Amino acid sequence: MSGNPNSCSSESPIPGTSLFDGRAAAKGYQLNAMCFSFNDARNRQAFLDDETGYCDRFALTAEQRAAVESRNVLGLIAAGGNIYYLAKLAGIFGLNVQDIGAQQTGMSVEAFKQMLLDQACSKQQEN
Amino acid sequence: MRDWLAETRPDVAVCFYNDHGLNFFLNKMPTFAVGAAAAYHNADEGWGLPVFKSFEGHPELSWHVIEQLVGDEFDITTCQSILVDHALSIPFELAYPDADAWPVKLVPIAINTVQFPLPSPKRCLALGRSVHRALQSWRGDERIVVIGTGGLSHQLDGERAGFINPDYDRFCMDNLAANPEALVKDTARDVVRLAGAQGVEILNWIAARGALGEAMTETHRN
Repeated sequence: MSGNPNSCSSESPIPGTSLFDGRAAAKGYQLNAMCFSFNDARNRQAFLDDETGYCDRFALTAEQRAAVESRNVLGLIAAGGNIYYLAKLAGIFGLNVQDIGAQQTGMSVEAFKQMLLDQACSKQQEN
Repeated sequence: MRDWLAETRPDVAVCFYNDHGLNFFLNKMPTFAVGAAAAYHNADEGWGLPVFKSFEGHPELSWHVIEQLVGDEFDITTCQSILVDHALSIPFELAYPDADAWPVKLVPIAINTVQFPLPSPKRCLALGRSVHRALQSWRGDERIVVIGTGGLSHQLDGERAGFINPDYDRFCMDNLAANPEALVKDTARDVVRLAGAQGVEILNWIAARGALGEAMTETHRN
């Protein structure tokens, strides 16, 4: 059992991680609203039929549009996207959580999966 | 766990979970939300997957829990209509894989893990303990099971996607039953650092632990 490693400053940045706080939530509102709409299959089809027109309906910012167009997950997060909602957009693009993990970390999907497995295996061995 | 459920045959499940963008959007994001519906349904969560089975609610017990929580000064949101997502449903699929209908009624309690500021681990433990007081004073003879859902350390977003912290996971498992206070010394932000951006789902486990009361025996882990 590890002691609770609580020694580092609570406010210092967390590497490779951005907290979805009020600022991000305000910045990303339109993008996340569009993603939330994808819970409805008709809206997913409408997006596939006319991506630009669908982004217009939600008044996406230029930054958000560029990130959507480029299918860039880190860009979507920087534009205020929240992963719980972005996952629905990723689904339309045919990307699962391993795919988006690979894209964000710059690994191949196989390498990303292996990284997950390696962590899980080290966990079992330690147990 | 299935053997234990078959032996104890609970009638009601109080389930702590976090909504993954099925019911709640950023337009209205409650910190704590308690379901008080006669029925709960799943729906398309954006991927067109088969929907999970619906649950029968227990509105009387829900309102009893709500009375206790507000009496204990938790300013919760009450929901008479709320969709329940895969995060709530999958544990029931695992617990009752062959059930045609869920053998338990549901009292769902949602905790915000989506948008900071999140409730602190300490506050979630206190919330759970308030729920425990409600369950203790409930006059019905139902058997009640408490379920905490979600993952230990994991992270889906950012350059640190794929992050797992086995040491923190083990720390949680070793302390959750006997010493939950050890888990609530961290802030929610500390939990992100230690457990990953989605590791904050441990808040559900902490609240569920609180709802079990002081003394607890661990019967199984895997």
